[in-house]
Amino acid sequence: MAMFATGTAAETLAQSAPMGPPRSLWADARARFFRNRAAVASLIVLGLVAAFALFGPLVARHSIETIDWAILGNVDEAGGPCFLSGPDNEIPPCSDSGHYFGTDAQARDLFARTVQGTQISLMVGVVGALIAVVVGTLYGAISGYFGGRLDNVMMRIVDILMSIPYMFVLILLLVVFGRSILMLFVGIGLISWLDMARIARGQTLSLREKEFVEAAIATGVHPFRIILRHIVPNLLGVVIVYATLLVPSMIIYESFISFLGLGVQEPLTSWGALINEGADQMRQGLWMLLVPLFFFVVSLFSFFFLGDGLRDALDPKDR
Amino acid sequence: MFAYILRRLLLAIPVLLILVVVTFALMYAAPGSPFASERAVPAAVIANIERAYGLDRPFIVQIGSYIWNVVVHFDFGPSFQYRDQDVNDLIEQGFPVTLTYGFWSFVVAVIVGGALGIAAAIRHNTWLDYLAVGVSIGAQVLPNFVLAPILVLVFTLWLGWLPGGGWQGGQIEYVILPVIALSTSFMASIARIARASMLEVMTSNFIRTARAKGLPGRTIVFRHALKPALLPVLSYLGPAFVGMITGSVVIDLYFSTGGIGQFFVASALNRDYGVMMGITVLLGALTILFNLVVDILYAWIDPKIRY
Amino acid sequence: MTRTFLLTASSALALAVSAGHLAAQEVHPETGETLAENQSFSYRLLDQFPTIDPQLIEETAGGHVARQVFEGLLTQNSDGTLRPGVATDWSSDDNQTWTFTLRDDARWSNGDPVTAHDFVYAWQRAADPATASEYAWYVELTQMVNAGAIIAGEMDPSELGVRAIDDHTLEVSLDAPLPYFPQMTVHYTLMPAHQATIEEFGADWTDPENIVANGAYILDEIAVNEYFHLSRNPEYWGADDVIIDEVTGYVINDANQALSRFQAGEFDMMDDLPAGSYPDLEAENPDVAHAVPRLCSYYYTINQSGSGHEALSDPRVRTALSYAVRRDVVTDQILQAGQAPAYSFTHWATADFELPTIAYSELTQDERNEQAAALLAEAGYGPDNPLELNLIYNTSDNHRQIAIALSQMWAPLGVEITLNNYEWQSYLDIRGNQQFDLARSGWCADYNEASTFLDLLTSNNANNDGKYVNEDYDALLAEAARADDPQPLYTQAEEILAQDMAIIPIYHYTQNFVLDETIHNWPFNNAENNWYVRDIYRVASE
Repeated sequence: MAMFATGTAAETLAQSAPMGPPRSLWADARARFFRNRAAVASLIVLGLVAAFALFGPLVARHSIETIDWAILGNVDEAGGPCFLSGPDNEIPPCSDSGHYFGTDAQARDLFARTVQGTQISLMVGVVGALIAVVVGTLYGAISGYFGGRLDNVMMRIVDILMSIPYMFVLILLLVVFGRSILMLFVGIGLISWLDMARIARGQTLSLREKEFVEAAIATGVHPFRIILRHIVPNLLGVVIVYATLLVPSMIIYESFISFLGLGVQEPLTSWGALINEGADQMRQGLWMLLVPLFFFVVSLFSFFFLGDGLRDALDPKDR
Repeated sequence: MFAYILRRLLLAIPVLLILVVVTFALMYAAPGSPFASERAVPAAVIANIERAYGLDRPFIVQIGSYIWNVVVHFDFGPSFQYRDQDVNDLIEQGFPVTLTYGFWSFVVAVIVGGALGIAAAIRHNTWLDYLAVGVSIGAQVLPNFVLAPILVLVFTLWLGWLPGGGWQGGQIEYVILPVIALSTSFMASIARIARASMLEVMTSNFIRTARAKGLPGRTIVFRHALKPALLPVLSYLGPAFVGMITGSVVIDLYFSTGGIGQFFVASALNRDYGVMMGITVLLGALTILFNLVVDILYAWIDPKIRY
Repeated sequence: MTRTFLLTASSALALAVSAGHLAAQEVHPETGETLAENQSFSYRLLDQFPTIDPQLIEETAGGHVARQVFEGLLTQNSDGTLRPGVATDWSSDDNQTWTFTLRDDARWSNGDPVTAHDFVYAWQRAADPATASEYAWYVELTQMVNAGAIIAGEMDPSELGVRAIDDHTLEVSLDAPLPYFPQMTVHYTLMPAHQATIEEFGADWTDPENIVANGAYILDEIAVNEYFHLSRNPEYWGADDVIIDEVTGYVINDANQALSRFQAGEFDMMDDLPAGSYPDLEAENPDVAHAVPRLCSYYYTINQSGSGHEALSDPRVRTALSYAVRRDVVTDQILQAGQAPAYSFTHWATADFELPTIAYSELTQDERNEQAAALLAEAGYGPDNPLELNLIYNTSDNHRQIAIALSQMWAPLGVEITLNNYEWQSYLDIRGNQQFDLARSGWCADYNEASTFLDLLTSNNANNDGKYVNEDYDALLAEAARADDPQPLYTQAEEILAQDMAIIPIYHYTQNFVLDETIHNWPFNNAENNWYVRDIYRVASE
C-alpha cells in the first residue's frame, strides 16, 4: 500500500521554481497535457467512473440493502453476474433478476452496492484531498510569506505532527469516537495537509521576492489580501498536481481502514469494504472481489497517470 | 551537523511527551474497559482489578508514574490483556520479528524497485518502459490485504511450496511470503520514483556532456547518472519505513508472524492501555529516529545540503 | 446422596492391556486400530490466549489449554458426564457440604504430590482481591461460604468455605444447597495451583521454564501471537494411557487464511470457520467437517427500560418483531451449519431440559407475518407510521449478516432499522448502559443446566441488559433453585418468556469445526465443547 508516494512528488515539486506568468503557462500546459495520450485516456476513464457513480442509481434495479431471498444461502451458485446466466448454472437471467454484477455474499445487488461504494470512495478521495489542499496551502503560504519566527514555529509544528504514528492515532480516534465518515475525514485531514504545507511554503518563499508581490506590499495592500490574491493563485499549478496525487492516497487510506473493520456503517459501503468482503469470499465467488477491485484499480491507475500528466504539463522543467 | 542532530533529538522529547499525553487522554475518553466481558462482572471484582493496575488513582498520577517508569526504569508496565506477559516482554518478542521481515522487505523493495525504475528509464518509451510503469502502478494500487490471501492460496494450498504462516524463529521459508506481501507496493513506488528521477538526470547537461565526449552508455549510467538519480529514492525511504510499519498490521494478521503490527489494532480494540502506550512510544521514537537518519544520509550523499 | 465411581470401562481396559508407554506403530489397546507413528495433535486458535494461569483465565482459548495442562477435581467424559479427575469420590448429604476424596497418585510435574491443600490455595487465590481475577465471580457463583465478602475485601481469603481435612480429603461448604456443585468443579477457575512456584516466580510462573502443572501435558514453548507447544507430562498419574505425545496451537486471526492452511495440512483442527463456508466444506468432505450441538443461544435483547424506544415496552410490539423473524432463513440460508431455529431461550440440548411447546413455533411463517402486522397496527405502528429502531451488534461476519437480514425482514412491517456496528468493548459498554433498542446477544452455558440460561432474565441479574421485569418469572426461578425437580418450573418459565416475548430467540448454536480424519475419539457429544487431548489419538492413514 503506497500511501506515501505523494510525499516524494511533493519534494520534487517543492524544489521546482514557481510558475511564470499565468496566461501563457496555462495555455502551454493545456497543449502539453493533451499531447499526453495516457493522461487524456485517464481523464476519460475517470469521467466514466464518475458517470457510473452519478447515473448508476438510475440503472440499478435494486436498492443497496434489499436481499434477494431466493439467492440468499446459494450465492456461490446463483449469485454470479446475470449475463453469465446459462443452462449449466443456477444464475437467474438478467431479465428476471437484474443483478448485472451479481450479488454480494448477503444476496444484495452488487451493481447497486458498487455504485454506492464508488460514490463514497470518490467522495472520501476528493473531499479528503480538498481539505488537505486548502489547509495546507493556506498554512504554507502564511508561514512562507511572513517568514522569520512565525515561519520557524509553524514549520516546527509540522515537523512534530509528521513524527506522530498517525495511522495508529487514526485507529484510536475511530475506536474512541465511534466509526463515522466525519471522523474518517478529520483523521485523514489531520495528517494529509502536512506535505502540502511544506510545498506551499517553499514556493511562497521564492514568490515573495517577485516584483508583483513587492509592488503590492509597496502600495500598502493588506498581507492576507496579498496571500489570497497574489500568492495562492500562483501556487495553483503545484497544488493541482499534488491534489491529483492525494486523491488516490486518500482512497487507499480508506480501504485500509475498511479492512480493519473501522470504515463506513452498513448498509453503506465503499470500495475498500467491498474489496475486503470480496477477498473473504475469494473461494466462493470471484466476482465479489473482481468487480469492486476493477473499479478501484482502474480509478487509481487513472489518478496516477493523470497526476503524472499534469506534472509533466505544469512543470516548467519540461523534458 | 552535530548541533543539528542534537537539536533534532531534543525536539523528539516534547514530541513524545505530547504523544503520550494525547494517547493517554484518548484512552480515558474511550468507552469500554479492558476488563469488560460478555458477562457482567460484579463491581467488587472490577474494583479489585482496577486497583491492581493502579487505575483507581487520579489521571495525573497515572500518567506521571507511567512516564517516570518508562524514563527511569525503561519499564512500560503490564499488559492489560496478556496477563502472562508485560509490555516489555511483548515488544522484546514481537519487535525483532517485525524488524526482520521489515528489513528484508526494505532491501527487496529498494533493489528490485530501483533496478526496475532505472531499466525503464534507460529504455524510455520502449515496451520495457511501458511494462514497468504498468506493473508498478498495478502493484502500487493492489491492496496487500488482497495480495496476502492470494499468495497463500497459490503458494501454500495449490503449489504446496511454502508454509502459509508462522515464523519459527525466522526460518527462510517462513519469511518469503510476508516479505513479498509487504514489499510489493513499496517496490512499485520506488520504481516509479527512480524512473522519473533517472529520466530527469539523463536529460541534464552533465550527462549530455558525457555523451558528447563519447563515453560508453554503461559508464554514463553507472558512474555518473546513478547517484544523483537515487537521491529522491532516498528521501522516500523515511515515509516508506513508516508505511512498512503500518503495513505490518496486515502481515501479522494474515501470516501470524507474531510481530508487533497486530498490536496497533488489537490493543486499541481490547483497550489494552499498557500495550497501546508502549506501541505509541515505540512507533513515535522510531519515526523520529528514521526521519533523522534519512536526513543525515541525504546530507552525506548530497554535499549541497548543509544543516 | 453418595456417588462412587468405578474406573471407567475404557481406562480399566487400557490399564489391563498396556502396562508401559505405548510404542509407535502399536494398536489402540481398546479398539485395535493401528496407531500412527506420529502422535501429535495441532490446532488453530483464533486469538492468543491472554494467560494460562487457571485462576486468571477468562476466555475459551486459554480454557482449552488449561484443560490439557491442569487437572481439576473432576473432568468430563466425551458425552459431558462427570468423570474422576484428581478426585475419585465425591459426596454430599444435603447438597450444601461436599466432600471430595483425592487420589493418592496425583503428582505435579516437579514430582510433588497434588493434595487438598493445593485446591484450597487455588480457590482462595481466585477469590483474593490481590489476585485481581476477573473470574472471581465464578467462585461467588458456586455459593462457597464467604466468597462474596472476600471478593469485596471485607474478609480474609482464608475464611473461604473450603478446607483440607487431610492431604486427600477436601471439604466444601456452600451458602445454599447446590445439586450441581460437582459439575462446577470442572471449570478452569477451580483447578489447583502450585503455591511454591507461584510464590517464587510471581506473574512469570506460567512461563515455560517455570511452570509446574498437574495435567497430562506441560507447556514447553510459547511465542505470543504465533504458537505454543505442549509435551507429555511424565508425572501425570494417567500418563500411561495418554497416546498423543505433543500438542501445538497456532494463532491465526484470519479465518479464511486459517482454512487455507488447514487444507494444506498444516494442522488437524480448527473451529470459528469463515462465515458461510460450512456447507461447502461438508459437501466436499463430510468426514472432516462437523457440526455438533453447543450450549449457546443466539437472541436479540429488547431494551424495555426507559432509555429504549417507548414502543418496546408494549408486548404486542415485541411479539410482532419476534413473529416477523424468519428463523429458518437465518439457520438454513445464512448460517447453514445445523443450527436449530430457537423459540426458547434455553438451548434444546441442555441436560434434562424439556423444551416446552411454544405456540408460535407451530404457526406457519405466513400466519406469523399476518399476526405481526396486525399486532403492530394495534400498537399504532405500521408502514404509515414507521417504528424507527436502533440495532447494535458487535463486529463479526455472522452478526452482520443476521442483522442485515433481520432488518430486511422487518422492513415490510414498517419497521425502520438503523444498523450500528461497534467493536466488542464499545458494544459491551453501550449494551450494558441500555443505549440501544435492539441488541444482538448470545449466551453460553456455564454449566449444563437450564438455570444457567434462565437466571439471566431475572429482574436483578446484572446481565439482564434489556431490563425485562416479571415478578412471576422471578418467583418461579427462585422456587426452582430449591426444588428437587426444577425441570417443570423451567418449562413454565420458558412459557412466560414466550408470552411476554422478553427477548427474541433466534437460534441455538452448533459447534462447527473441521477435524483431520486420522484423529479419533473426539468428544463430539460434549455440548460444552470441553475436549481433552489425552483421550484422542491418531490412527495410521491407510
